[in-house]
Amino acid sequence: MASTFETVAGIISETCDIPREQITPESHAIDDLGVDSLAFLDIAFAIDKAFGIKLPLETWTQEVNEGKVPAEEYFVLKNLCARIDELVAAKA
Amino acid sequence: MRLEYFQMIDRVALFEEAGERLEAHSTVPMASPVFEGHFPDHPLMPGVLLTETMAQASGYLILALTRFTHMPFLAGVEKAKFRSFVGPGAPLVIEARRIHQGSGYAVTRAKISSAGKGICDAELMFRMLPFPAGLSDRMREQALGLGLALDAPVPEA
Repeated sequence: MASTFETVAGIISETCDIPREQITPESHAIDDLGVDSLAFLDIAFAIDKAFGIKLPLETWTQEVNEGKVPAEEYFVLKNLCARIDELVAAKA
Repeated sequence: MRLEYFQMIDRVALFEEAGERLEAHSTVPMASPVFEGHFPDHPLMPGVLLTETMAQASGYLILALTRFTHMPFLAGVEKAKFRSFVGPGAPLVIEARRIHQGSGYAVTRAKISSAGKGICDAELMFRMLPFPAGLSDRMREQALGLGLALDAPVPEA
């Protein structure tokens, strides 16, 4: 079974037409990969479907905009994958 | 249906909360300036307006399901297929079904048929944003005018 990162990297590569080899766990989806907010909705939809979860994008965006949480916490892929794993575990 | 005013839905015929589904009816107008160019002496409803029609039915569905808490703005069109032509006077049945409610976005599948024949279908994504000032009441009025009345509170997600 593919790891969370492998699944997410595949989704980003396919959704945003980014070569898979450019996507690493350290990649920042926005700063490094150039994913814009609309593309991130497509990614979120694919992640929601693949993992059977609902990424809390509105909460994350609010926390980042209010300066409560640095954007890296949600948008660096290894951190994003950790959040996904938490959501999957919470659902089980 | 008034193409020049982007009023694509004549009437909401059915809102099915449990099935997250809405059916709307419209009739393509017999005359419109749109048909003067699309195409001369061969009037056809443009695909982009069929897409808008599916988007509006989807939008009313999302508004109904979320009880007008956020405004859905069309953000993406995927897997759009235009299977047959429709011209002036054609009765349209527009069906929209929500297939996913994400955080800050929603996705629907919508289709249009006429006289039992499939015309087009697509998967539509909507970004859900707070209503611009004053728009919520206007959208409620518009929905009410189409036959979509909602008094019950929003169901728990």
